Amino acid sequence: MTTDKLRMTYREGLRQGLRDALRKDANVFLMGEDVGRYGGSYAISREFLAEFGPDRIRDTPLSESAFLGAGIGAALGGARPIVEIMTVNFSLLALDQIINNAASLLHMSGGQFNVPLVIRIGTGAGRQLAAQHSHSFEGWYAHIPGIRILTPATVEDARGMIAAALLEPNPVLIFEHVMLLSTEAEVDERPPHVDIDFAKVRKEGRDLSLITYGGSLPKTLEAAGVLEKSGVSAEVLDLRTLRPLDDASIIKTIQKTGRGVIIDEGWRSGSLSSEISARISEQCFSALKAPIVRICTKEVPIPYPRHLEAAALPSVKEIVDAGLYLMGKHVRV
Amino acid sequence: MNADVQGLKFYREMLKIRRFEERSAELYGEMKIRGFLHLSVGQEAIAVGVMPALSKEDSVVSAYREHGHAIARGVPIESIMAEMFGKVGGCSHGHGGSMHLFHQPSRFYGGSAIVGGGLPIATGLALAEKMKWKQTVSACFFGEGAMAEGVFHESMNLAALWKLPVLFLCENNGYAMGTSIDRELSRTDLVQKAQSYGVAAVQVDGMDVFSVAQESKQAAAYVRSGEGPFFIEFKTYRFRAHSMYDPELYRSKAEVDAWKKRDPLKLLEQRLKGSGVFTDDQRIQMEKEVDAEIEAAVQFAEASPLEPVADLMKNVTRERSKDDNR
Repeated sequence: MTTDKLRMTYREGLRQGLRDALRKDANVFLMGEDVGRYGGSYAISREFLAEFGPDRIRDTPLSESAFLGAGIGAALGGARPIVEIMTVNFSLLALDQIINNAASLLHMSGGQFNVPLVIRIGTGAGRQLAAQHSHSFEGWYAHIPGIRILTPATVEDARGMIAAALLEPNPVLIFEHVMLLSTEAEVDERPPHVDIDFAKVRKEGRDLSLITYGGSLPKTLEAAGVLEKSGVSAEVLDLRTLRPLDDASIIKTIQKTGRGVIIDEGWRSGSLSSEISARISEQCFSALKAPIVRICTKEVPIPYPRHLEAAALPSVKEIVDAGLYLMGKHVRV
Repeated sequence: MNADVQGLKFYREMLKIRRFEERSAELYGEMKIRGFLHLSVGQEAIAVGVMPALSKEDSVVSAYREHGHAIARGVPIESIMAEMFGKVGGCSHGHGGSMHLFHQPSRFYGGSAIVGGGLPIATGLALAEKMKWKQTVSACFFGEGAMAEGVFHESMNLAALWKLPVLFLCENNGYAMGTSIDRELSRTDLVQKAQSYGVAAVQVDGMDVFSVAQESKQAAAYVRSGEGPFFIEFKTYRFRAHSMYDPELYRSKAEVDAWKKRDPLKLLEQRLKGSGVFTDDQRIQMEKEVDAEIEAAVQFAEASPLEPVADLMKNVTRERSKDDNR
């Protein structure tokens, strides 16, 4: 059977995933700042208010702690809330509710109260939004037991991860990278089934493994293309879920290539890249032909000017150089 | 129910909370109970007076001084005692301790040790109920200390804005841990603060269980009718220390003694004796019965097993299943 193909943006993928979820289950509702009349700060919920009404598309006051906490309460009360937090830095205002309640309630209550809550958060740098709108805290959230962290990097994942998240009986945080919103891809007309338990190889390769997630995937694929031209065959692994990490897929690619570069938009110290590097050492040290290399955001608050912002973030050149270095091509990294 | 019969019921319930907590303090001294233990001695009339206004379908969210709320709500006392012992028979499977009592059958949602942390949860429970067109009440206990937290103001605003059925129950015992209200709040009129959000509000004598019961009943009816949230400030006092580690440097013995003259149990005892329905003999008999009930709870807690360490990682997340596919 053939299915028709569509060209779609990541933004439209998110929009369709959400709309399908709202259509499928009357218990699902969306709340957050400007999700209704404004249509969402990134236009993801545009026209939802007209279709689903103000009861299910709820504009909230600027009260991240209260509306995130209300999402927890509504989930406990049997509803299926999806809470949108405009920007990852704002999620810090709701951090108490996310960690002290959403992530802890099930264990603290001896298994009585699970929190089936989906939290969508815009993340990442690249839009010159400076130091209070541009960070990448998803790796940091991945430190917390009791929650699942999803980082859709492709249009297909953007479209399918909402449905997968809504099958989870636990809190799920979906980090939607703002630089991916306008990326386009050809997708099946039929909504995809996305399996959030596994990482996915986005490009096969033999010589080294580029391990990444979210907003860094397009850069990493571009770098893999450049490396290919230099005769280096790079495999690209998209983690997709940062908690729980799919260790088996990470180990499998390292065992295949013996070399690894981790590309992580978070800061290096105590980062997700540190964690992955440690797991590789713990679980397949003997497979390594070279030390793991990490490419992370420079350890500064993200600056406003375009050239400095770009200099702070992982770049295609850094990934390529790391690949060449690991292959003994005498490049400093 | 006739007032005297009701009064005797109230007395027994308040006595049970008082004795339970006094026994808990002893068990703390014996190292059977550990962690933080916050007693509500002096504040029992609020828990006991509020609960008759709530139905089984209503939900209750509390904070960390919540033994009385749990007992009055009907959480089995042996499961509360076992919880404080950290045993499997505890109402939270021993995972929470004194500050985190949870009980699904009573819709008792804890048990929060972050001041103000339960307020938005109660607001969200109310939202879910309202969206299902149910006429239930989400009752939320907190202290006046929580009113300095930003999330209090966020939650009041949200509940009022969306006309959610939340019953905000503030137990004003005058101290946020050791900081007196006048050293903590620039304006100490709590009713006015609630009203500034458009929330209906009253102040009630929290030492008089009949006043508590009457005002709670009216407030719950108001909330249930869809009028929106209601705020009650209960004026009360904590007779004992904040927790087991508090030398009480921040208040005078004279102040504590003055408040003890308004001990809710003594006030009710006087009233019942005045009506001729209660004697010292009856009180002594009741104390014996309550103590026996508490001793049975202690025995249950002692006998309850510890959770095997092998089960440590259980319930960090719940497994995906068709049941959860809602």
